[in-house]
Amino acid sequence: MLPYITKRLLIMVPLLFGITLITFTVIHLAPGNPVEVQTEMSLKVSAQAKENLKKLYGLDKPLHVQYVDWLKRLLKFDFGKSFVDGRKVIDKIVERIPITLTINIFSLMLIFIVAIPVGILSATKQYSLFDKLSTIFVFIGFSTPTFWLALLLMILFGVNMGLLPISGIQSIDVSEMGPFDRLMDWLRHLILPVGVSAFGGIAGLSRYSRSSMLEVIRQDYIKTAKAKGLPESVIVFRHAFRNALMPIITILGLSVPGLIGGGVIFETIFAIPGMGQLFYSSTMARDYPTIMGILVIGAILTLSGNLIADISYAMVDPRVRVRK
Amino acid sequence: MGLLRVIGKRFSKNRLSIIGAIVVLFLITVSLLAPFIAPYDPTTIDVYNVLSPPDKVHLLGTDELGRDLLSRIIWGSRVSLKVGFVAVGIAIMIGIIIGAIAGFYGGKVDAILMRFVDIMLAFPTFFLILAVISILEPSIFTIMAVIGVTSWMDVARLVRAEFLTLKERDFVDAARAMGVSNARLISRHILPNALSPVFVAATFGVAGAILIESGLSFLGLGVQPPDPSWGNILTSGKDNIEVAWWLSLYPGLAILITVLSYNLVGESLRDALDPRLWGAEEE
Repeated sequence: MLPYITKRLLIMVPLLFGITLITFTVIHLAPGNPVEVQTEMSLKVSAQAKENLKKLYGLDKPLHVQYVDWLKRLLKFDFGKSFVDGRKVIDKIVERIPITLTINIFSLMLIFIVAIPVGILSATKQYSLFDKLSTIFVFIGFSTPTFWLALLLMILFGVNMGLLPISGIQSIDVSEMGPFDRLMDWLRHLILPVGVSAFGGIAGLSRYSRSSMLEVIRQDYIKTAKAKGLPESVIVFRHAFRNALMPIITILGLSVPGLIGGGVIFETIFAIPGMGQLFYSSTMARDYPTIMGILVIGAILTLSGNLIADISYAMVDPRVRVRK
Repeated sequence: MGLLRVIGKRFSKNRLSIIGAIVVLFLITVSLLAPFIAPYDPTTIDVYNVLSPPDKVHLLGTDELGRDLLSRIIWGSRVSLKVGFVAVGIAIMIGIIIGAIAGFYGGKVDAILMRFVDIMLAFPTFFLILAVISILEPSIFTIMAVIGVTSWMDVARLVRAEFLTLKERDFVDAARAMGVSNARLISRHILPNALSPVFVAATFGVAGAILIESGLSFLGLGVQPPDPSWGNILTSGKDNIEVAWWLSLYPGLAILITVLSYNLVGESLRDALDPRLWGAEEE
């Protein structure tokens, strides 16, 4: 197992390097430079002050030197300071990660809890009414803009029925609540965002586990199990499901970039102070250090997701470990 | 029976795919004829009819400036159509070039190009798109270019996989023996045989691009008001969420129906173009 993990980690190194290179290039395509952006508001900034700012960002040096400098600071997770409020970028990102991760973990759990049973059921009862209905749901799930779904749910549960809060992660009067009420308040705020962010994933994963299950059901060992006269439930859960689960695990890792990226929209809609919302506001403010920081961290999170998927896959399927 | 007829027959076997194709054609017609079928000018402000609910005069109601929602949705379909096709066109071109080169030459070239694909895939797409938009001015052209440049990776992988198997085939050897140049071998001999998965990916790609465009315009990073796009109409839906449900419901429904139709067409195109499935159901 260890050699496999080591090898996987080594593959990540050139990828990380490439990610930093692309991030750096993208931001430096910007017409003008951070100094222009920062000083364009006040035309009276003296040439001397501009020079100082350039020095501060190292913009007077050649591009490759700038890149190496940036890379060196990156190794220490030093992304520089935000243009907006002068705070350290890494601090701004780190304080946003927990809420984004919480929502993503909840929605991944929801996706798995709903999608896998749906997938199995439609596979074992292929062409049944349930299978047809779930197929229709899958297509609608793929085609629904999540932010629109968010709006509809906000109108339904928030505006019309007044059941659920539609923005933020806590109520205004949260400081007057006891610990239990506070937790309930927090959970109530999370229901809509988690539901919305899980929606597309449920469609995708149920489709995926359906086809994975259909594949397994056709195998010889399932026929053998049936011929032995084993009960249906044993065949489905003992023999088929375990093998169908393996490809499903990889989806977990692969869905990370979609979930993180999708956060931009629904965190903005629900006013959730997560990474996505920070990224959105940084984009609007052209806060390049923060944009670069989040791009790199988002890519690292994606790679970590892939890594976890690969490792868990290797854990359940010994063949992966030995194959070169 | 000709190949096209087989594919056509298989495609039309599925009722849903026919519906999808009809809706797609209908939407294209609507966007081409927008100036003639839209009941009102989509940007004319009417201060006496602000946020009026759907009625006989304004079938789908009006927005916060009294503009007719139906007309704005009809004109907005042009944005979706343009962005969908242009962005996918760009993505396919990049994807074909990179995939063909990687698959044809193999070895180091392949390794480097595919690493590049891996790197591009490691970015959450939406982050990458937003980063690029942050340095350019948001407009429909920016959006088309950015979506195209960030969504070619799947096509590249598909084309590469096709090339890897096709280049070993006899007809390639034969062409090579006749002294056909590499460039001609790639573009005239192998590529035409590698295109069917690209068609499928393109159809799904249009659906994806329309979704991304609407999201970006919703965030104010895409098509800028007063020009209507389904995404930016939904922004006014959100701003008036407590009073005007129609501003949220209808534009989103338009997106859903459009994207759903392209997905349906893509799905049946995939089945129809997959020779492994041929004959299986031809009892």
